[in-house]
Amino acid sequence: MYKSATYDEPLLNELVISKKEKKNLYTKLPDSLQRKKNIDIPDLDETQIVRHFHRLSQMNYGIDSGIYPLGSCTMKYNPKICEEIASWERFTGTHPCQDISTIQGNLQIMFELERMLCEITGMDYFSLQPAAGAHGEFLGMMLTRAYHEDRNEGFRDEVILPDTSHGTNPASVTVAGYKLIEIPSNKDGTVDLDVLKNTLSEKTACFMLTNPNTLGIFESDILKISKMVHDAGALLYYDGANINAIMGKARPGDMGFDIVHLNLHKTFATPHGGGGPGGGPVGVKIKLEKFLPIPRIGKTKEGKYIFDYDAPESIGKIRAYYGNFSVLLKAYIYILMMGGNGLREASEIAVLNSNYMKKKILDSNLYEMPFKELRKHEFVLSCEKLKQEKGIRAMDIAKRLLDYGFHPPTIYFPLIVKEALMIEPPETESKEDLDRYVDALIKIAKENPEIVKASPNNTSVKRVDEVNASKNLVLTWKKV
Amino acid sequence: MNFIPNSSVKPLMLKTLRLDKIEDLFLDIPQKIKIKNLNLSDGLSQQDTEKKLRKIAAKNKSYNDFLSFLGGGIKPHYIPAVVKSITSRSEFYTAYTPYQSEASQGFLQAMFEYQSMIAEITGMDVANCSLYDGITSLSEAALMCTRITKKKTFIIPCNISWEKKVVLTNYAKGPGIKIKEISYNDKTGKIDIDDLNKKIDDDTAGVYLENPNFFGIFEDDINKINKIVKDAGSIFVVGIDPVSLGITKSPGEYGADIVIGEGRALGNQMNFGGSSLGIFACKNEFLRQMPGRIIGITTDSDGKRAFCMTLQTREQHIRRAKATSNICTNEGLCALAAVVYISWLGSEGFFNLSKTNFENGQKLAKLIDSLSGFKLRFNGTHFNEFVVEGSIDPKKLNKRLLQKEIQGGISLDDFYPELKNCMLIGTSEIHSDEDFERFASTLKEVSNV
Repeated sequence: MYKSATYDEPLLNELVISKKEKKNLYTKLPDSLQRKKNIDIPDLDETQIVRHFHRLSQMNYGIDSGIYPLGSCTMKYNPKICEEIASWERFTGTHPCQDISTIQGNLQIMFELERMLCEITGMDYFSLQPAAGAHGEFLGMMLTRAYHEDRNEGFRDEVILPDTSHGTNPASVTVAGYKLIEIPSNKDGTVDLDVLKNTLSEKTACFMLTNPNTLGIFESDILKISKMVHDAGALLYYDGANINAIMGKARPGDMGFDIVHLNLHKTFATPHGGGGPGGGPVGVKIKLEKFLPIPRIGKTKEGKYIFDYDAPESIGKIRAYYGNFSVLLKAYIYILMMGGNGLREASEIAVLNSNYMKKKILDSNLYEMPFKELRKHEFVLSCEKLKQEKGIRAMDIAKRLLDYGFHPPTIYFPLIVKEALMIEPPETESKEDLDRYVDALIKIAKENPEIVKASPNNTSVKRVDEVNASKNLVLTWKKV
Repeated sequence: MNFIPNSSVKPLMLKTLRLDKIEDLFLDIPQKIKIKNLNLSDGLSQQDTEKKLRKIAAKNKSYNDFLSFLGGGIKPHYIPAVVKSITSRSEFYTAYTPYQSEASQGFLQAMFEYQSMIAEITGMDVANCSLYDGITSLSEAALMCTRITKKKTFIIPCNISWEKKVVLTNYAKGPGIKIKEISYNDKTGKIDIDDLNKKIDDDTAGVYLENPNFFGIFEDDINKINKIVKDAGSIFVVGIDPVSLGITKSPGEYGADIVIGEGRALGNQMNFGGSSLGIFACKNEFLRQMPGRIIGITTDSDGKRAFCMTLQTREQHIRRAKATSNICTNEGLCALAAVVYISWLGSEGFFNLSKTNFENGQKLAKLIDSLSGFKLRFNGTHFNEFVVEGSIDPKKLNKRLLQKEIQGGISLDDFYPELKNCMLIGTSEIHSDEDFERFASTLKEVSNV
């Protein structure tokens, strides 16, 4: 099991350095702009730098360190071959404004990736521009507005979403200037059709939904939902964060979704990079095509790939150039290697893993799981019983898991589950690892609560005081 | 395919679940929408995948395959091997957002160091640990200005890239921000200060100045501009190319409240324009309105120094609809590349890099200006990009250059009709004197055809 290294690693500016003489900074710049003060960055030797960051890396847990079952984040193994190919200079060394004849390879990849994503989701067209899932949601809201304005229904200014939605959903809605209406889930943890019906109106622009939802429950009423939303004249938006559950089994396009975003860094195995870069392509049905960002990628009869800027009704752009190309490339390679059957197998085993783990944990009677039993790729436990009986909270269990050498699940989300542990064991995890994880959860629940509350002890630092960090702000090394 | 270990123990796991077949796990999906398979090719082996990708890659040219003078805010820079060596450590690149600080001290400390360095070079008090790119950073800055001032107009120079304008317009729609443009001086290429004076008013939330600007020109009337912005009670947003900050004053020294920029040049590859690195830094007083992730120092239960995400109540995973931004996934690994790169440069290397870029810009501009049929379009001092006016359509010129294995600059008249026959040329420390000579002599040759 993973065991973190522990170093008292100084900050870069605290490393011992040989003092260099201050440079004369004079250049031929206008005096008002001429820098007078040397930049205060340490002058270090390469060895010092490498050892510094090497040590830091040894105090960091990644997927290669072990299971990383963060719910709704789909932390699957990132194939090395994707990294290798994406580092070839013929890809990394291309400038976005090069003559079209010198970037045919890049365009081919983007063109083909768009088609692949259409097939996987059942959508008609894709834009690869968004840099992340939330960025895709923002684009989705822009497209929604363009669509309604085009139909002279710009008065539709409300977006509805369920209370189980990801935090980015409501944030994207408000950033895009829509009024947010959050509706409560029903006793099954799914969309309450009566509440939805009463909330939909001529003011509704869009209903945003994750399916399976963040509890890991498939919204079986999706066709009814889709009909209700469309009858009200609104659009249906698919948050694709959880699509790892249904590839090759069902497609959002066939469910009636009008706009879909995918997270390439989740479902399509591109690395999360410690926070990013990601990729959040957006797919649409044909009625929304004309609003997609420019440029679109086209192919001539002669087989030449081109950029098409001729889209007068396009919403324009949401970032520079064409998207996080390096991420698109890795996703393309991943899909090529998996093929259609491989992707279906991935979803099937992801769902199997999740239900297997869920069953073994629930059989212990130590944790509870509110709402429906059958889950897809993730499930959400409640530690409320442990809290009542032993005073152990979800946070304590998460920290104690670190002592067992495992990355904890997502905690305290979704908000409708008390003391939530949201667990997503992707298809790249072995049964042995799942068993070990379950054993750890069971052991922790039985442990002396004082030990659990005092954890972690095997990490490079003990429990971190986050409250102090926001009370006494130290955000740069100048303040240390 | 061997990324799915449990394929082989399926029956055993199903037995635990008391199920017969995998399909039993999908009974909650309505039959009507179920599909049997995806219409995609069969999976390829790793070896075949690599072979296929080699063929595709061969259809590209990298900046090392020919001589390129493209700019527009993105250029090749030399990246020392140490950057890839560190960013390829999978403890870093296969991790995610450091929600669990005790298991993420390494990345958290590196991001804290990134923030410290960005704050230092920009002259700001604080920096976040990345937004998507320079353009979305500008958009987020405009939104932040209106949140702070409760005013609704944002002023930009008309000579910023067309992409910036389009993206900003989209972000401005939500809060209903009005974008006003100020013109540039036809001779110097700098912004028209009189026009700024005319357009700024009580409703101006913020003013954006790019330095160096899209034409490569340094805005040196910064004290005057800063005074105009501050007198109007507006927020001063400055956009930078970080490479220039080794020789220029930091924007903080001339009054900037928020500094944004594209940080790709700091140790990141061009990658066809993505990934990128949105730099975002500001003064302390505006910290709580800042978008994005921020890392702080605290202690652990033993009193030992520790790092964690802080001020999370600004972020969507806590604040949902009331967050300062919807950003979640950012460009963390690109920020890591930046901090490794800047440490490799050190203070001295940073200055030298900046100076070389400035001098190369001057050298190449002078050389081209001396060719008959070409002249520098503006007389303001420029950094490593500049606008050249020729006597024929740059698109035509570029086609001819390409036959000689040279990629010329960006043609400007699509975006600025008044800049007919003008080309934006970019250089950096990667070009040698011979490269310049070759470019100049080829320019001369192909323009005389």
